[in-house]
Amino acid sequence: MNKIWLIIQREFSTRVRKRSFLVMTVLGPLLISAIFLLPIYMATRPKAERIVMVLDKPILMNFDKGKNNIRFQYLSPKQFNLKSAKAFFKESGHYGFLYIPDGGNLDPDFITSNITLYTDGDVDIGTENYISNKLEKYIQIEKLKAEEVDPAVLARTKTKVNINTINISDNEEKESNALAKMGIGYICGFLIYIFVFLYGAQIMRGVIEEKTNRIVEVMISSVKPFQLMLGKIFGVGGVALLQFLIWIIFGIGIYLVIAVFFFQDALDPEVVASSRNMDVSQSAINEVFNTISQINFPYIIGCFIFYFLFGYLLYAALFAAIGSAVDKESDTQQFMLPVSLPLIASIVMLFSSIDDPNGDLAFWFSMFPLTSPVIMMARIPFNVPIWQLATSMIILVGSFLLFTWVAGKIYRTGILMYGKKPRLKELIKWISYKN
Amino acid sequence: MSMLSISEVSKYYGDFQALQSVSLEIEKRSIFGLLGPNGAGKTSLIRIINQITAPDSGFIELNGERLKPEHIAKIGYLPEERGLYPKMKVGEQLLYLARLKDLDKKTASKRINEWLDRFNIADWRNKNLEELSKGMAQKIQFVATVLHEPELLIFDEPFTGFDPINTNLIKSEIKRLRDQGSTIIFSTHRMESVEEICDHIALINKSQKILEGPLKQVKKQHASNTFSLELEGAYKAEKHSTFTVENHTSHHETSQLIVKLNGSDSNDILKEITSTYRVLSFQEQMPSLNDIFIQKVQGS
Repeated sequence: MNKIWLIIQREFSTRVRKRSFLVMTVLGPLLISAIFLLPIYMATRPKAERIVMVLDKPILMNFDKGKNNIRFQYLSPKQFNLKSAKAFFKESGHYGFLYIPDGGNLDPDFITSNITLYTDGDVDIGTENYISNKLEKYIQIEKLKAEEVDPAVLARTKTKVNINTINISDNEEKESNALAKMGIGYICGFLIYIFVFLYGAQIMRGVIEEKTNRIVEVMISSVKPFQLMLGKIFGVGGVALLQFLIWIIFGIGIYLVIAVFFFQDALDPEVVASSRNMDVSQSAINEVFNTISQINFPYIIGCFIFYFLFGYLLYAALFAAIGSAVDKESDTQQFMLPVSLPLIASIVMLFSSIDDPNGDLAFWFSMFPLTSPVIMMARIPFNVPIWQLATSMIILVGSFLLFTWVAGKIYRTGILMYGKKPRLKELIKWISYKN
Repeated sequence: MSMLSISEVSKYYGDFQALQSVSLEIEKRSIFGLLGPNGAGKTSLIRIINQITAPDSGFIELNGERLKPEHIAKIGYLPEERGLYPKMKVGEQLLYLARLKDLDKKTASKRINEWLDRFNIADWRNKNLEELSKGMAQKIQFVATVLHEPELLIFDEPFTGFDPINTNLIKSEIKRLRDQGSTIIFSTHRMESVEEICDHIALINKSQKILEGPLKQVKKQHASNTFSLELEGAYKAEKHSTFTVENHTSHHETSQLIVKLNGSDSNDILKEITSTYRVLSFQEQMPSLNDIFIQKVQGS
């Protein structure tokens, strides 16, 4: 035990002192938050102003000014015809030119099928959608007029429905907001996936390094191969845990910064009013804040650490066994596939599990030990029944013990094998070798 | 009493037999040469002694006790395939390896200082292993092997990678360790170094022990009863009753003869030849270990 502790210390301290650890610790959260936050930021950021010139012959659009980044400028139908307007547009250098003909009558269907948008270059979908939405709205008004319906009546009868979903499974009624839970489930599952791959690969590389440096023979004349393997797995696991804890602190800091500079901005009514889907974004943000305040973070973080640790340990043993079987990293591919397949499968399943966290698929994948760390973490924000959670955890711990034992057998034989590249069949044979 | 006693040890790897009931007795305070061609089973035997693997049958006793995990601290092993952590400092590395051999931190640090001073390499302490040359790293590896002052030292091809000066340094260190009470197993296929330092040898070939004994005795057993003679004056070819002349040359006022004894007493040669010639020198021609090795391995 004392020797394992020495090995853990060495594996831990040599890794933590490396410059790459510092770099990863600093850049990791920045990178991850960039992945999650950049799309949101980009979507809400005001775009460059686009001016669309409009020749509105039937005065359909009622001189609508557009929105802050797409503005409509109207040409007088009396002074311009299509040809002169197009020439004028070309000279102006504006973004686009919208032509709404009247064809001598005000039949909305005729107008609809003859509207043309001229642009210098490709038109972006956002602008095109915005213009067609506008046109649909005004054509609808025209049609309502023709049917003698007052548009004001229609506006009054329009209702926005926000369904309140209440989860009554835990005897106490809670407001259930799927969106934020999905986000948390997704982030947790994704983080475990990244951690297992990142640190599992480190284990593998470490074992190969010891083999190629030939230090392994010196080491195992002092310690048992199993101790060496466990020491490495726990040492690297400690590094991962330390990094994760730094990230949590880091993450809270970044969250606070974002809350101050970004969300406050987004919640500012003026800014929100100018964004296109104001109802949706505002209610989504409210929903996120509401749900965050209701989520049981100690429970989720506790589960996360459990699944992260045992998921890592389970895969680390497998990666150690692979590392022991080969002489160089390029030989690992044939063994990497069977090990990384369940991991990749779980990231694929992650989306459908978040979509239907209590479905059969999510249930079985959250029991199977090679996928449960990712899939169960995705389900956890959605109040998993306690018996399911317990079963999944017991299976995971049991499999960790079994896998480590098997991996230890392969490792013991593998680290002393040099030269030939073993097949999977031989690896399985090694398991049955006596000491 | 022998320090290490190996009894009927056999080892299989799948269908391949690496060792076939090998027995050896290794005396305390001796340097024991474990010889054999590549793939004979030397490394398998050494790994069993180090408890890296276990024998399929047979057993090993250290100081009369069956080999057990606690014995690891009493054994020092310098493997043929050696290596250290390249990105670790010399001092830290030695400390780490010593502590894995159950040495406490304080004693380990003290001994590291002593050894680094002895080899005049104290200023390497804070260098990373990867900054050192191969020969330098070998020295560190040697220090790592002996730091915990093991009773039994196993050196597998210890001189590879050393220049002649350092080879001599290591040789004298090995002898010094023996004189201080360590027992040394020395595995090699380089015979000239064996003749120089080994007291006992055993030859293993194709998983079996084919020869064992004190070095002098082994050589005597393989003596071909051939002697070299130097005589005064010119030698005239003639027939002798106690020996046969295999070769003779004359040079200035002396003659050199290679003769083979017909009987069993080498004094007979002298008795017969001194009646006619004046003998300047007389010496038995001992076979080199290399000759014995090749003869035995090819003959088996």
